[in-house]
Amino acid sequence: MSRLSATLTILLVLGGAGLLAALNLLTTPASQFHVPVYVISLVGKYLCYAMLALAVDMVWGFAGILSLGHAAFFALGGYAMGMYLMREIGARGVYGNPLLPDFMVFLGWKQLPWYWQGMDHFAVAMLMVMLVPGLLALVFGWLAFRSRVTGVYLSIITQALTYALLLAFFRNDMGFGGNNGMTDFKDLLGIPLQAENTRVGLLLATAVFLCAQFLIARYVVTSRFGKVLIAVRDAESRTRFLGYRPENYKLFVFVLSAVMAGIGGALYVPQVGIINPSEFAPANSIEAVIWVAVGGRGTLVGAILGAVLVNLGKTYFTGALPELWLFALGGLFIFVTLLLPKGVIGLFAARRPRAKSEASVSAAQEIAG
Amino acid sequence: MTEAAATATGGQFTETILYVDGVNVSFDGFRALNDLSLVLEPGEMRAVIGPNGAGKTTMMDVITGKTRPDTGKVVFGKDTDLTRLDEPAIAALGIGRKFQKPTVFEPHTVWDNLLLALAGDRRPRFALWARETAEERDRIEDILKTIRLADVRHRVAGGLSHGQKQWLEIGMLLAQEPQLLLVDEPVAGMTDAETEQTAELLRDINRTRSVVVVEHDMAFVRALGVKVTVLHEGHVLSEGSIDHVSNDPKVVEVYLGR
Repeated sequence: MSRLSATLTILLVLGGAGLLAALNLLTTPASQFHVPVYVISLVGKYLCYAMLALAVDMVWGFAGILSLGHAAFFALGGYAMGMYLMREIGARGVYGNPLLPDFMVFLGWKQLPWYWQGMDHFAVAMLMVMLVPGLLALVFGWLAFRSRVTGVYLSIITQALTYALLLAFFRNDMGFGGNNGMTDFKDLLGIPLQAENTRVGLLLATAVFLCAQFLIARYVVTSRFGKVLIAVRDAESRTRFLGYRPENYKLFVFVLSAVMAGIGGALYVPQVGIINPSEFAPANSIEAVIWVAVGGRGTLVGAILGAVLVNLGKTYFTGALPELWLFALGGLFIFVTLLLPKGVIGLFAARRPRAKSEASVSAAQEIAG
Repeated sequence: MTEAAATATGGQFTETILYVDGVNVSFDGFRALNDLSLVLEPGEMRAVIGPNGAGKTTMMDVITGKTRPDTGKVVFGKDTDLTRLDEPAIAALGIGRKFQKPTVFEPHTVWDNLLLALAGDRRPRFALWARETAEERDRIEDILKTIRLADVRHRVAGGLSHGQKQWLEIGMLLAQEPQLLLVDEPVAGMTDAETEQTAELLRDINRTRSVVVVEHDMAFVRALGVKVTVLHEGHVLSEGSIDHVSNDPKVVEVYLGR
């Protein structure tokens, strides 16, 4: 990943978001250059997905951990933000209860559960946005990597993880709004969420966070740590005989990636205005893997590109031909796997001398087997 | 070290770098190692030969912590029990291993392969902030000269020839600065010229380190000119000079008798 492509990515993300923001704020709705607010929020949503894609690419592209449950970390970050936004509503809810969110009043709850305490403070909520996905990833990763669970087995248990969370969050007793989740948010830090300026501000904030995450991810994968990670991806047991403990490397990158996904989820919720258990659906995590595959696995830039491109396609298809979207997505995945193994980025990247992949796989199998 | 030490019997493991005693390993009823015993002196080079399935690779797996023996002792140096340690811990002690098929990190350059192998801190938090030091660069340059890959230092390892990969892997072993090197079939698939150079390289390495070489190529073993251990069905069949073992009737029977 060259410095040039990294600079270009930052410029495109910030410039693109800035341009859209300017075209919204500086033109009148009558102007042909005006960008309506729904586009602003839509692009904001794409950039949040790009953070999830970046997180997936870090673990899949560089550490070989095919997580099919990464959207769970995204959703957990989203729920933490949702809890804060619910507390911000205060007495303006339908039932006018100053302390309890509407769904708790509806369920006849008398007091706020302990885990909702403090979530009215923005700082606490933001801490939870990172802490909850991070801790879950830490516990899950510690158990899985220490036991040397890899490959398809790991993918299956990550699916199980997100599915278990889906079922849990569906339950009303969990205290997260059950099936309906959380919605009807009013404001964030006292700023009304429905205002156009807020939407533009959220888009810009998302763009800045995405760039920051990209730079952090880029630092990690190009550092010596990243070189070890790639070595682990291609020949895990070889790294052990060199004295490395691959489980520690994987655990670190898995937790970092979960935190990044959580931040993406937290920025997503105020822009779409709702968070509910469907965000934990196993298909969401698989979709995130497809974005990365389409854009180009193990390139970081490709993850961002793939997330935006596929979601543009999804927005178009689900509007124009809704029943065909899943077929198109599946077809796209097959097409990319067969014909574009390095994704869309692979079309632009200069051809560099590269190893035959069969060699690395068979060698890795020899020592793993 | 005297000649007497070389004939050290079980129980007296002074002056040994590796002491393997009565090791048994079975997989689903198949006895891969059957009461295997082996003593290696510091600074010694030992060739291990034997037909397929004799337990050569399993022996390496036991020494490097990949496989835990059912019974028996494996002691490194004075009193380090290797059967209680895992692969990274054993590697950190100073035991390096080269695999039969060259396993280098293909997407990385020759330079980076050596950099990752250099002895040093292996913790993630070190690797995250590590910067290449002048000392590291010097050590890599030295190794590149030894393994004759200085000209291809910036090439991606996956693009090297088979023989070059073998040398790179030997270079990675050297970078680890092990006291004991386990080398599995280093000349498999090499040209005659490469084989000769490899023998030279191993003798060079042996000046400062102990080496165990597993090999099929008898000409190569003869060229090394070291003590030979013949394995058969997980057990030591014969031990001694190459002339001694090749005239041993038990060895002749195993190699030619079927």
